[in-house]
Amino acid sequence: MSSLTLAARDSSTMLRRNLLHARRYPSMTLNLLLTPVMLLLLFVFVFGDAMSAGLGGGHADRTEYLAYLVPGILLMTIGSTTIGTAVSVSNDMTEGIIARFRTMAIHRGSVLVGHVAGSVLQAVASVVLVGAVGVAIGFRSVDATALDWLAAFGLLVLFALALTWIAVGMGLISPNAEAASNNAMPLIFLPLISSTFVPVHAMPGWFQPIAQYQPFTPAIETLRGLLLGTPIGNNWWIALAWCLGLTVLGYRWSKAVYDRGAK
Amino acid sequence: MPSSVMPTPRMTGGPQAPAAVSAVGLRKSYGDKTVLDGIDLHIPAGSVFALLGPNGAGKTTTVQILSTLIRADGGQARVAGHDLTTDPDGVRAAIGVTGQFSAVDGLITGEENMLLMADLHHLPRSEGRRVAAELLERFDLVEAARKPAQSYSGGMKRRLDIAMTLVGNPRIIFLDEPTTGLDPRSRHAMWRIIRELVAGGVTVFLTTQYLEEADELADRIAVLNDGRIVAEGTAEELKRLVPGGHVRLRFTDPDAYHSAAAALSGTAMSGAARDDEALALQIPSDGSQRDLRAVLDRLDAAGVQADELTVHTPDLDDVFFALTGGTTPTDQTKEAVR
Repeated sequence: MSSLTLAARDSSTMLRRNLLHARRYPSMTLNLLLTPVMLLLLFVFVFGDAMSAGLGGGHADRTEYLAYLVPGILLMTIGSTTIGTAVSVSNDMTEGIIARFRTMAIHRGSVLVGHVAGSVLQAVASVVLVGAVGVAIGFRSVDATALDWLAAFGLLVLFALALTWIAVGMGLISPNAEAASNNAMPLIFLPLISSTFVPVHAMPGWFQPIAQYQPFTPAIETLRGLLLGTPIGNNWWIALAWCLGLTVLGYRWSKAVYDRGAK
Repeated sequence: MPSSVMPTPRMTGGPQAPAAVSAVGLRKSYGDKTVLDGIDLHIPAGSVFALLGPNGAGKTTTVQILSTLIRADGGQARVAGHDLTTDPDGVRAAIGVTGQFSAVDGLITGEENMLLMADLHHLPRSEGRRVAAELLERFDLVEAARKPAQSYSGGMKRRLDIAMTLVGNPRIIFLDEPTTGLDPRSRHAMWRIIRELVAGGVTVFLTTQYLEEADELADRIAVLNDGRIVAEGTAEELKRLVPGGHVRLRFTDPDAYHSAAAALSGTAMSGAARDDEALALQIPSDGSQRDLRAVLDRLDAAGVQADELTVHTPDLDDVFFALTGGTTPTDQTKEAVR
């Protein structure tokens, strides 16, 4: 069997194992979805009037704020689900089964690839669930073509892939689940200081560059542009660069940490 | 006292069986702590080899190195004809490992664990199902097959662990302390399983802290202490090296104690250790009938009655104290503590 076939076969076996875990114990994934859903409902129905006053020169209404909010909430959902990835990777590494995998003639990276593939699938499913909540309370896309939807989907998958590889690395260096959850906190925190809730230009001047160029904002602005027809500008390639950069970084980091396990 | 240089008997005569495991000068240290300090091994195919040693002797490290889990700092080893360093995947394809800590996926069921192994060994789906079902049956796990493995008892987990190891039909199996923490019934079940494996022609490399276990199962035993093999041989050979076997006589009447001590001194049993406080005598003995009769004859001749007579066979403590060339087992201290 060629090494590529072997890699694909073992990785898909590991993916099945991770999906089995997710199906058997869905509570963790579902709990992680509570944060973005609660924030969505809170900001639309509780703060909605006040927030919309800051949009579009004060003429926006709650529906427009909902439209503004949803793209950021979707990317925040991805950030949330990757906490689950860090925790489950960390848990997995404390299990004896990993030592067993290491003594078997299987593709070495398949354990991690299985985790990543499983997490990306879970992240996409989560985005669909949270997106459905958004649609249920009135979110509609504006003039989005099939190509726009495809590009939006691709962006979400790439973003999930990037954050997942980082989360896998965080899980690998964490001695236990609590540490993994703490280490992955930035993935929840970053969307709060992005353009999810308010436009970057509404933030203090010294803070604007941070909010503007962190990984979430360019991705959010790109997604907004695709779904709502707002200007994307240079955000699409900054978002793409972040996705590719974080994926490569997370992959190399995770692989190095995992291989170091074989002292 | 045995001499401090211990013989390490080797098989002599005839061509040597092909080695399942051979190692020369394996070394491993973590920081400035040396865990393995030059280990040589030669394990013929189809035999059972036991690595006997206390906690921290380096048993697990040896298994981890030979099963490609960690790399040795020095030395060479071949497992199933494959070099550990240059062909670890060749080694992995030939071995099965059941570590000290259960290597099962607790979140999924026993059956799913077995099917996972079948998939990772690239068995066709139907064959995977057949092998999984057979092994679950053989290890008495059919009833529990559809329950999550984390709900299993220690003995069941260990059985599932070994069943998973067997899915790939390995020629060499490493068992790291397979019975530690098991109750007596599970321990005997495990011994039966290991004997069946051997009957099937598999080479078994096991580590244990129990001399009894090595004695029950192994063709050859190596005693590991402080990262070195201090003796190697069959169970019988090792036991002969050990001076720990003795007959212990206890008295309640001090007069009887003193006459017994007098009666035994100046004889072949003059090696008796006296414990004046407990009124006990310890006479070195191999525990044979002839040896016991000689002691009893002596006591009869002197007209002394012991209130209690116990025969002690060598245990791991004795082996260690003898083989590490240090102090003899300080039975007096041990007794005092009891």
